[in-house]
Amino acid sequence: MSEAVSALNGASFAGLARVEETGLGGMITLRGDFASAAFRAAVKTATGGDLPDTRRIAFGDRGAVAWMSPDELLLLVDYAEAAAVTASLARDLAGEHHMAVNVSDARACFTVNGASAREVIAKVAPVDLAPGQFAPGDFRRTRFAQVAGAFWLDEADVFHIVCFRSVAAYMFNLLSTAAHPQARVGVYS
Amino acid sequence: MLILDCPYCGVRAEETELHAGGEAHLKRFGPGSSDEDFHDYLFMRENPRGVHFERWRHVSGCGKWFHAARCTQTLEVFGTYSAQTTEPPQQITDAISAKRPGWTWRGLSD
Ligand SMILES: [Zn+2]
Repeated sequence: MSEAVSALNGASFAGLARVEETGLGGMITLRGDFASAAFRAAVKTATGGDLPDTRRIAFGDRGAVAWMSPDELLLLVDYAEAAAVTASLARDLAGEHHMAVNVSDARACFTVNGASAREVIAKVAPVDLAPGQFAPGDFRRTRFAQVAGAFWLDEADVFHIVCFRSVAAYMFNLLSTAAHPQARVGVYS
Repeated sequence: MLILDCPYCGVRAEETELHAGGEAHLKRFGPGSSDEDFHDYLFMRENPRGVHFERWRHVSGCGKWFHAARCTQTLEVFGTYSAQTTEPPQQITDAISAKRPGWTWRGLSD
């Protein structure tokens, strides 16, 4: 069996913030009716988490559930478990109108960590990142300069970004440039 | 810079996160319609200076289509609303009437 590797093999950059490609992440796109009890139960079984509120991410003991749109979730699970979880979602939701697709290998994952992390992301995404406006557990789909991406903030004040694998190098270069040591603006400090 | 509130995810999105989808509330004329109706459906569009209704898509966000009512002259936004409707809701037309008494747009008016 081939050995799966992430797009940038864990590349990292240290500047105003630390930018790191975090390796392979299990990701499942799940669409369906959020009001359906069977749908909610299947999400719980898959991740241990409940459905998140609008533009939030909820955490369970086996994964996380991110709000993508009124009928779409992104389930974050162990990379090695993603195929099996996708298959059991299909079983649990048989007869329900839904779609579950393992998109893990179509994606790249990054973290942005450090005192200036908010500023680094604010430079490249049209999102209000003031501390009171974007809090731990908030989740946002947006664009990072010219490419689509989504991000959330965890309880340790670390930003997590997911994007398409095909633009992983662009994302890394973009974030590293925004985090250049001499590119400090100081807008949130 | 145009700023619109996405009615599906609640994001106050600036223009670069959105995609313009042209005129709103077009009635589709397809197979079986007259040549004149089909021609008008394909080519004839409103181009007002003032109140206008448009389709927009939150393309870099939740991905959903929605409607917006705005003024093309001042960029004032009267409101955004669901895509699942063939005409603007009362609260939108009321908001326009409050700001632009006597407005008209295709078959709609104050
Ligand atoms: Zn939206």
